[in-house]
Amino acid sequence: MLTTQILYALTGCVIVALGLRGALLHASLLQRIVAINVMGAGVFLLLIAVAYRGPGLAPDPVPHALVLTGIVVAVSATALALALTRRLQAEQDDD
Amino acid sequence: MNPTSLLVFDALLLLSIVGLAWASLATTDARRCVILFMAFGLVLAVAWGRLLAPDVALAEAAIGAGLSGALLLAAAHGQPRPLPPESTNAPRNHGAAGVGVVLRWAVTLLCTALAGTLAWALLQVFSSTPHDMLPGAISENLAASGVSNPVTAVLLNFRAYDTLLELAVLLSAVLGIFALGQANPGYQPAGPVFDGLVRWLVPVLILTAGYLLWVGAHAPGGAFQAGAMLAAAGVVLRLAGRSRIGLPDGFVLRIVMAAGVGVFLLVGLALLLLGRPFLGYPPAWAGALILLIETAAMLSIAATLVLAFLGGQPQSTGVKAAADRQCEGISRC
Repeated sequence: MLTTQILYALTGCVIVALGLRGALLHASLLQRIVAINVMGAGVFLLLIAVAYRGPGLAPDPVPHALVLTGIVVAVSATALALALTRRLQAEQDDD
Repeated sequence: MNPTSLLVFDALLLLSIVGLAWASLATTDARRCVILFMAFGLVLAVAWGRLLAPDVALAEAAIGAGLSGALLLAAAHGQPRPLPPESTNAPRNHGAAGVGVVLRWAVTLLCTALAGTLAWALLQVFSSTPHDMLPGAISENLAASGVSNPVTAVLLNFRAYDTLLELAVLLSAVLGIFALGQANPGYQPAGPVFDGLVRWLVPVLILTAGYLLWVGAHAPGGAFQAGAMLAAAGVVLRLAGRSRIGLPDGFVLRIVMAAGVGVFLLVGLALLLLGRPFLGYPPAWAGALILLIETAAMLSIAATLVLAFLGGQPQSTGVKAAADRQCEGISRC
């Protein structure tokens, strides 16, 4: 077992929990979206830590490709969520 | 570097990651929350570099911190300051003042339990004997993939289906944004200093995008990072108050938006007609086909991200001119 791998993976777990707590508890939609992004970053940290095989060794490229895909999907989901938020606020302002 | 100093570096890096995530979610100021989140993304990019994932580091810095940050910051502009604090709606919904506190503790406990379970599962994985089937298979077949960067090989060849569907996700997200309303009003024209910077920055960003696209075949880079760079050029132009930000009009814009999925599908179908499996490139053509798909994907990704920043369908110049003429007719708008 590599200490580096474990340290980074455990931090990933903490970030996932922090993000989930924020997403469930925040009243502001914007902060919920940020919290979900933080949670996603925690999952990425887990995956990249799993891919790490130690200094001087090539890491596993499959989790790297998964995380790259994940980053792009996360930004498009964030953009859609922000557009929904904007529309919701516009509807509430009309009432 | 000796192991002890590296361990100190790791500890500092991880502490700042957790600290920034915590601070970003604990504040009630929308702008502060977003800026701390962007800092979180940049520190995370350092962590990707530390874990030997330079492709991910580039994407995180450009997309995770950069473009997500720009999107969120633009959204934070319209938010009340300060934001409503945590779970203010809970007591109102349940009619009792104490429920909010109980709920918060229950959720905190649940999240802690989740973190503990995840950590336990991971430690199980780490302590079991590793069986490197996938990395072995990739390094054996890398020569036939058409590229020498293993991450690009996985994205565009071995797991090309994933990337095809990811481009479809991007397209559906931007269609959803279009369905929700018009683009944000533009910004004021920039002052001379920022305008001068833009004149230098935009060509450099376009050049960097081209470089990243080309170099992705054998070194860190690729369509995602290149698309993010192109999109950054669009965002910079938008911030400088330019009305034309490099996006084509109407029909051509739709073609560019769909180009990533379209070219990918056409290549896959053409290969089927030639009697090969769907997206199973012949090794001799793989490099050229991957570059073709990546070029189309880069253009689609850039257009999608810029449209996401605009927050809706841009008014085509023809329609806008007609609207302006109409306004002049009414004379008071």
